This record gives sequence, C-alpha cells and structure tokens, in this order.
Amino acid sequence: MLYAILCYHDEDMVGSWSKEHDAAVMQKLSVVQDKLAKQGRLGPVARLLPTTAATTLRKDDPPLVLDGPFAETKEQLLGFYVVDCKNLDEALDVARDLGAANPGGTYEIRPVGVFKPGSVKS
Amino acid sequence: MTDTAWIDAALTSARPQAVGALLRYFRNLDTAEEAYQNACLRALKSWPQNGPPRDPAAWLIMVGRNVAIDEVRRNRKQEPLPEDDQAISDLDDAEDEIAERLDGSHYRDDILRLLFICCHKDLPATQQIALALRIVSGLTVKQIARAFLVSEAAMEQRITRAKARVADAKVPFETPGAVERSERLASVAAMIYLIFNEGYSAGGDTADIRAPLCEEAIRLARLLLRLFQSEPEIMGLTALLLLQHARAAARFDADGQVILLDDQDRSLWNRELIAVGLALIDKAMRHRRSGPYQVQAAIAALHARASTPEETDWAQIDLLYGALEVMQPSPVVTLNRAVAVSKVKGAEAALEMIEPLAPRLSNYFHYFGVRGAFLMQLGRNDEARVAFDRAIALANTTAEAAHIRMHIDRLMRDSQPRNAKAK
Repeated sequence: MLYAILCYHDEDMVGSWSKEHDAAVMQKLSVVQDKLAKQGRLGPVARLLPTTAATTLRKDDPPLVLDGPFAETKEQLLGFYVVDCKNLDEALDVARDLGAANPGGTYEIRPVGVFKPGSVKS
Repeated sequence: MTDTAWIDAALTSARPQAVGALLRYFRNLDTAEEAYQNACLRALKSWPQNGPPRDPAAWLIMVGRNVAIDEVRRNRKQEPLPEDDQAISDLDDAEDEIAERLDGSHYRDDILRLLFICCHKDLPATQQIALALRIVSGLTVKQIARAFLVSEAAMEQRITRAKARVADAKVPFETPGAVERSERLASVAAMIYLIFNEGYSAGGDTADIRAPLCEEAIRLARLLLRLFQSEPEIMGLTALLLLQHARAAARFDADGQVILLDDQDRSLWNRELIAVGLALIDKAMRHRRSGPYQVQAAIAALHARASTPEETDWAQIDLLYGALEVMQPSPVVTLNRAVAVSKVKGAEAALEMIEPLAPRLSNYFHYFGVRGAFLMQLGRNDEARVAFDRAIALANTTAEAAHIRMHIDRLMRDSQPRNAKAK
C-alpha cells in the first residue's frame, strides 16, 4: 500500500533556520530516504516553496484566483513523501524515522488512493 | 530532543509578533522589549523541558505581559511573586485558551506598526535601519555594529538616539484605515529595501560581514508578504530581493574583486531563491497593478532567466527601464537603461542618452564607470581614460576602484581602437 506522508511545520520557524542547520537536516533526511530507496519503497518526494509563492484557485463559477495558500494555519504544508508500506504501523515507523531526522512540526499519514507516477523528469 | 536550535528559531520567528503585541498593550517600546526579553528567559527555562508550545508567539505575549504586570504589582505592594514554575505551568494549561483569546486580527497591524515606527520620517535612513534591525529583527547591537562597520559604542548611541526620537513622536496605536495602512506599507517597504541595499552595496572585502543585512531584509519582506498576501508591490519587493541575493556567491572573486553580471559564473546563482523570485513576480503581474518594485524585479527576472549573458533579453530590459523611468524618473534609472540600450543599439546611442545626465551625476561613481566603458567600446580611449580616472576618484569601495583600474590597464595594454564588446 502506498502512503503519503504530508509534512506540516511552522513555515516562519523553518525559514529562520540557518543555512547550515537546513543543510544538516536535509542531510539527515536523505539518509532515511536512501534507505527506503534502496528497498524500492520510496516514491516521489517534494519540498514545496514558501506559501507566499502559493496561489489558490477556488472552483467557484467563475473560478476565483486568490493569493496565498488554501488555509491560514499555524502550520503549513511544506512537503510530502510517497512511501510503499505494508500497513499503517510500517508507515508510522517511516514517519518516526523522518521525525527523528527532522524534529518539530507534524506528519499526516494518508493512504494513497490513486497513484500515477507521472512523466516529469526531475 | 537535545538540539536546542529550534528554540532560537522559534524565538526569532515569534519576535515581531510578540513585541508588536506587547507594544500595543504597554504603548511603550522599552517596556515592550523588556517584557519580551523576560518572556524569552522563561521560555529558555520552560521549553527544553516541556517542548515547544503550540503557538510560541502567543506564549511569549502572555508570559511577557504577565511578568510585566506582576512587576508593577510587586513594586506597588512589595508582595512576593508566585514561584516561576508555578506561573509557567498555569500558563501551559491555559495555553489553548490563550491562543483563542489573543485576537488574531490584530497581529497584522501590530507587526506593521512595529515596522512603521522604525521608519519615522524624522529619522535618517541609517537610524531607521539600525532601529528596525534591533527592535523587529532582534539582532544584537554588536551584530548591527559589525554589519555597519562601526564600533559597538557608536551603534549603541545611534540606536538610543533613534529610540528617544521615536518615543517622543506620537505612535499611532489606533487600527489604521485602508489608506493609512497602504501608506505605512509603502514606508516599510522602502525601509526594507534600504536594509537590503546596505548589505548589497558592500564591496567584496566586506560582503560576507554585511550579507546578514540582505538576509534580514529578505526575512522582513517575507514577513510582510505573509501579512499582506495580495499586495503586488510587496510580492515585487520580495522577488527583487530574492533575485538579487541569488547572485551573491557569484558577485565577487576570491580576492574580493567585483565580477560583473556578464562575467559571473551562473552555476553559482542560487536556483531556489531564483525559483521563489520568479514565482512571486509571476503572481504579482497577474494583478495588473504595476509598480517600481515589480518592474525592477521583472528586470532582475530577465537576467535570472538567461543561462548565458548572450541569452539576456536586453530589448525587454530596455522597455522595462523605460517604464521605470516613467514611474520613478531618476538619472540613475536612465543610466541603467543606457546599459541596456548599448546592448540593443550600440554604445553610440547609449552615450548620447547619458550625456544630459552629466550635471546631475557629476559625483556618481557608476556614471563615470559606465561612460568610460561606452567610450572604450567606441575606441575613444583618451576620453575613456578621463572618465575612468574620475570614477576611481569617486569609488566608494576598494573593489569598485580595483575594477575600474582593470579597465585602465586594458586601455594601456591595447591603445588601438577596440570595437569588441566590453564590460
């Protein structure tokens, strides 16, 4: 089963990280990712640009374009992983590993319904 | 969690909102700052044990306010305070409620007010910047002094003087109306731009020391944009700063010499900053309410999009500078436009364009640098030499002077006319 691990964190706080701290966190996360990749369980991974770069399209009639993210919340959606796991326990283990590498914030774990790997080359 | 970097990050990011709200309560900058400092001290004690509160800013505001009020009471009644830990655990229990009670609708104007009082029009630009870095960003006097290349004592004095000036002025505490809000926003944007330039205009010898000014300006611009998500000029400002700063690593060589745009190693440009900058300018344009920051960002975007200097769309840059000349007529803008014109129509046309600027830019380093370069392209080497000599006399940094000297050396080496592209 594929699980999406959605990463929520206070964007201001992540934005206050020094370059060195940011690089160190990314390095620790890449260790976890590499392990999953070697096991053939790692799907797409994305780190999103700040919510100030976000635009929202409300599907009214006619559709309404708004600046900023969909929801004004304390913690923002900053990125996501797709990981292949046998069950929720295994997905939680992955999330715990990621969390140990990058403390703070929240992960939402959601089973994936439809998955299309797409054709984009990174 | 042994790593305490998150506490620093949380305190730094909560600071503008917390100090802004405390200022609204106490209506006095010193009291607000002191209350915030006290709250931080308690956070350093409490957070490592209890973990981060759900809303660090709300926590700091509440604790800062309570400590200050307790202090007033204690002074009045000489009563002993409750134990620190007691006060804190009470707060933690009540935290959710606190977050609810803090009026979220205020915090936008709290932060804007805090920034706005720093750009009081009686304060000279350097004092505005120093004050904002101290109060809003929370940099230490030592850090600011270092970035400004002055002694700590001199900076301390500058900030104290600025604070006294601001304290005497009437701080507007009522919620601003729409017109007033947009005026405040414009003043604050201008100040953030000044902070950035203070760092950006540094020479190679001091660029590293002054880089924090650029980073701080970007942080403030992003903060402002988070508060005012639909303001195209704030998007433009943020995009401009990001796109300029993206080139930081390529702007100077190992000896601190200036490397011009055409000669920069574009692989050193920061792609992530460029990506955010381009996304923001894209969003801003959609509003069809152009302004000087957006136009300047659009120019920076055209440079950022070109993977080689030859790919640069100089004709479009010429048009954008033309638009900027209309919005913000200034000889410096025309001078910049002339560089684009020299690429599109040649040095002759460009030179013609800058001749009338001479009286107004007679003390401007870049005028003579650019003029010398145009003359050199036209093979008028003797005149170029005169312009370069003048530029050296007006250079603000050793890197600027060294760059012009390089041109002069080239002139000396080949005294025959050159028609190849220079610069």
